[in-house]
Amino acid sequence: MPEMRLLDAIRLGMYEEMKRDERVMILGEDVGLKGGVFGATDGFYAEFGEARVLDTPLAESLIVGAAVGMAANGLIPIAEIQFSDFIYPAFNQIVSEAARMRYRSNGGFGCPITIRAPFGGGVEVHGGLYHSQSIEAFFAHVPGLKVVTPYTPYDAKGLLKASIRDPDPVLFLEHKRLYRAIRGEVPDDDYIVPIGPAAVRRQGTTLSVFAYGQMLHETLQAAGQVAGEGLDAEVVDLRTLRPLDTETILTSVRKTNKAMVVYEDNRFLGYGAEVSALIAEEAFDALDGPIVRVAGLDVPAVPYSDPLAGAFIPTAAKIADAMRRLAAY
Amino acid sequence: MPVEIKLPQLGESIHEGTIAKWLKKPGDRVEKYEPLVEITTDKVNVEMPSPFAGVVKELLAAEGDTRAVGSAIALIETEAASAVSAGGAVHAPAADAASGPGRGPAGSDESPAPERAAAAASPARASGLRLSPLVMRLAQEHDVSLAVLETLHGTGAGGRVTKEDFLKYVAGRAGGAGGTPDTAAAGPSAPGKGMTAAGDELVKLTPIRRAIAQRMAQSKREIPHAYGVIEVDMSAVAAWRDAHRETSKRDGPAPTYTAFFVRAAADALRAHPFVNASWTDDGVVVRKAINVGIGIAIDDGLIVPVLRDADRLSLTGIAAALDDLIRRAREGRLGIEDIQGGTFTITNPGVFGSIWSMPIVIPGQAAILATDAIVKRAVVRDDAIAIRPIMHLGLSFDHRIFDGALAMQFLNHMKTWFEEFRDGR
Amino acid sequence: MAIGKPKTAPPTRHEALGLSADHLLDMYYHIALARAIDERMWVLQRAGMVPFVISGQGHEGAQVGIMSAVDRERDWLVPFYRDLAACLVKGMSARDLMLGLFARQGDPSSGGRQMPAHWAHPKHKILSTSSPVGTQYLHAVGIAYAAKLRKTREVCVTSIGEGGTSQGDWHEAMNFGGVHKLPVIFMVENNRYAISVPIRLQMAVDDVAERAAGYGFPGVVVDGSDVLACYAAGAEAVRRARAGEGPTLIECKVERLTAHSSEDRQEKYRPTDDIEAARSKDALVVFKHYLEQVGVLDEARYTALHERIKAVVNDATDYAEAQPWPDPAGVTRHVYFEG
Repeated sequence: MPEMRLLDAIRLGMYEEMKRDERVMILGEDVGLKGGVFGATDGFYAEFGEARVLDTPLAESLIVGAAVGMAANGLIPIAEIQFSDFIYPAFNQIVSEAARMRYRSNGGFGCPITIRAPFGGGVEVHGGLYHSQSIEAFFAHVPGLKVVTPYTPYDAKGLLKASIRDPDPVLFLEHKRLYRAIRGEVPDDDYIVPIGPAAVRRQGTTLSVFAYGQMLHETLQAAGQVAGEGLDAEVVDLRTLRPLDTETILTSVRKTNKAMVVYEDNRFLGYGAEVSALIAEEAFDALDGPIVRVAGLDVPAVPYSDPLAGAFIPTAAKIADAMRRLAAY
Repeated sequence: MPVEIKLPQLGESIHEGTIAKWLKKPGDRVEKYEPLVEITTDKVNVEMPSPFAGVVKELLAAEGDTRAVGSAIALIETEAASAVSAGGAVHAPAADAASGPGRGPAGSDESPAPERAAAAASPARASGLRLSPLVMRLAQEHDVSLAVLETLHGTGAGGRVTKEDFLKYVAGRAGGAGGTPDTAAAGPSAPGKGMTAAGDELVKLTPIRRAIAQRMAQSKREIPHAYGVIEVDMSAVAAWRDAHRETSKRDGPAPTYTAFFVRAAADALRAHPFVNASWTDDGVVVRKAINVGIGIAIDDGLIVPVLRDADRLSLTGIAAALDDLIRRAREGRLGIEDIQGGTFTITNPGVFGSIWSMPIVIPGQAAILATDAIVKRAVVRDDAIAIRPIMHLGLSFDHRIFDGALAMQFLNHMKTWFEEFRDGR
Repeated sequence: MAIGKPKTAPPTRHEALGLSADHLLDMYYHIALARAIDERMWVLQRAGMVPFVISGQGHEGAQVGIMSAVDRERDWLVPFYRDLAACLVKGMSARDLMLGLFARQGDPSSGGRQMPAHWAHPKHKILSTSSPVGTQYLHAVGIAYAAKLRKTREVCVTSIGEGGTSQGDWHEAMNFGGVHKLPVIFMVENNRYAISVPIRLQMAVDDVAERAAGYGFPGVVVDGSDVLACYAAGAEAVRRARAGEGPTLIECKVERLTAHSSEDRQEKYRPTDDIEAARSKDALVVFKHYLEQVGVLDEARYTALHERIKAVVNDATDYAEAQPWPDPAGVTRHVYFEG
């Protein structure tokens, strides 16, 4: 079975869908002639043509708004926002329009679009304040949207295909640090990873850690570090942020009785708040310790200079420390 | 049959309107949608069309009157059939009359979780004990074993033992209620809330009463009380007081018995520091300062001003400080620094004639001393009957911090101090 | 042999445009019906029977004129909240519109979920729109792009008020339409007031149409009270679009005969003489005059037509009012795809 990077898996997923269904098309800045600033659509322009691999003007609201219209008239658009930091001009189109089209028309119209956006930062990324942000909290909040973020290349291809085929708008978040850093086996065939179910990446008994994106990676490292100390962490990959797989989360907490959420975004009102509230509300009896959040600092995004970026991002070492403290409670 | 014409909701956030001009009068015929009245609001001025056809029967508001949205402003005699649709047409069954356009019935999003959590918990109760982190902590603090917890009556969801259930049990236990905790609830008790007999009067609690009640209950709940009593011959003190009655008045306020009590107590506390202490989970905190609180009865109840660093003052000094504190207490002029920081307390029920009291330890302290009435009694001295002024000195103390032996040592120290009192001490 | 040479009358304006008397009557009927529905909606709101109304009185001529030039089955309409007349022409019924006003179950636009005037109908290819102004222009170019890619020969008409042309989305859509020569008709119904904000504070140009040049396609100005001029502009725009020549911006100068909505009192910011003058530019009156001139509308026909309209409006009102309310149990449906 071929092994490939996360980025390649994403490209492959789009490629297969473009070939499979002529209604599928891609639009965004630099997606065509350049093949995408990260190379995600490399080669597509030559194969599928300018009309289906559309280089748009520099206008994010247009990218999503036009996608909404295209989807209403028989196309299946994949709208690429070049960096999640730039998604805000499209916020209105995503929240007021795409997410509500079905509800406001009482089921009359739908909006089968996929919005892809690279997110996240870190010392290696050198993205600074405007090329490193996490945005999932804003959008996972919105009924009518689905929000997905893969960790393994296998998931990347399968989830992207599922997103493209989904009749509802899906925000597909790709952590840019994982693009070239993660390699994994990706089958050739036309498989789907369903949107919704989380994945237990590491079975454990001492405590449950819920994470996604680059933080999933750090958490697995941390779990490895503390394993030698007799701390057996269960690590769950929340690859779908909305709808949330409450079943898997609660089952894990009932097993280990201690819960932690790790996310790169600003701590306050970040995604961890929802997971914590869920666990407190529905697994209160199972808790043998407080629910802990390990997250990015509450400063406006990841600074550029290495030491500053390092201070912002939760690392394996910080996560391991938090695991030890929770285990000792 | 006549139907009411209601003042319509003319715009979002509009709550009332003023009748500017009636376009029809009683007796006039009005067609459906024909203008009926001009209404002004602070947002829009309108000509309101009649929702019904019929004959105007009565105008219920005059020109210039202001009425709330939804109130009836006229009656129209209609052909029966059209009457039904009126008021009901405007408002959806669950909608709020005052809500603006586009606002449907606002439902609150009740989380279904508590019910689910409770339902999920019930089977657990059968197989094991469901205790919240709080109840577990309280159980530890009050030394209640799991075995006992298991027998407690739980009033929470799914039969869970709640904080209240637990505290009720502890209160019952401290009060010496006999029998198993489960039956305590069923046992005979004073008339509870809601059971009053004719002639009973409910006296509402003043803040000070409530505060005292709360502190007393807390103390009894949390502190295992034990008691020691000793008999003191106050002859030496009485003799000194008699001798110095005139001269000490000249030098300042004459030392009252209370001043003697405080001086003796300070001396004894210095010698037995564990009586000047506090209980904590981490250990006994032995206080450095000796700040003696004096219980004083005032109108509303009890106040305990604190005489700070009593061990650093002479008898005269204590007398002066006490005089000032008590005067200010009676005048209601005590400041917060006067009532905080006490490490030991003396109460003097003797002034009311009590010969033996068992006062309640103040939470945060180790003991409280009761000085009962000084009464002339026949006692045996050198194998002969003598008449002496005798005072019972009682110590209520926190049995967690020290035992009866230390209590008696403390009391004996004070007894010796009183009985060997001489000038200059 | 006849005396004198055979007299062929010069073609009337409508004939020159290829319109028959039936076409004219159809157009007049829709303008008058739209007006009557609109007026009834205000009456219902003032009578306290519905909470809110926002209308298009004064805009009907422009809407009917342009929409009469499109293919009612094939083409798309992405409207804004004053486009009642346009939706009627496109295929919605008076009952459909009243169901939306009363927010009853069975409302085809939104099942009572949206405020009135958010008209939508999948079967008639009227896209569901929202309240944030201007977003619909981007949807329209998306629809047009798909039409071009899929070679469906559809044309997409979208409309907006002059205030909406200040929105970023409006400009992004115009730009995109021009770049790709999309089969879209950008309609702007300029009534000189964005609620209360007068046009002099909204834009520095006299005509919105001037902006089209900046985006690479023609912009035309038409008198909204001149139905035939609107039709002509619409027909040309449709022709361009279907021929792949790209968008046209049609700016219709119209008059807003009512306040912005039932929440608004326009006397507060609009001079009385301005409101009065508006009535003289009412397409309903001007077009009626034309029909009478060319002998298409006489008194009998007029009366019959208005009787018919009255019956339709009464039927629609009574029908909608009698429909059940939406079931609260259904409030959580259609957040995501079902089935």
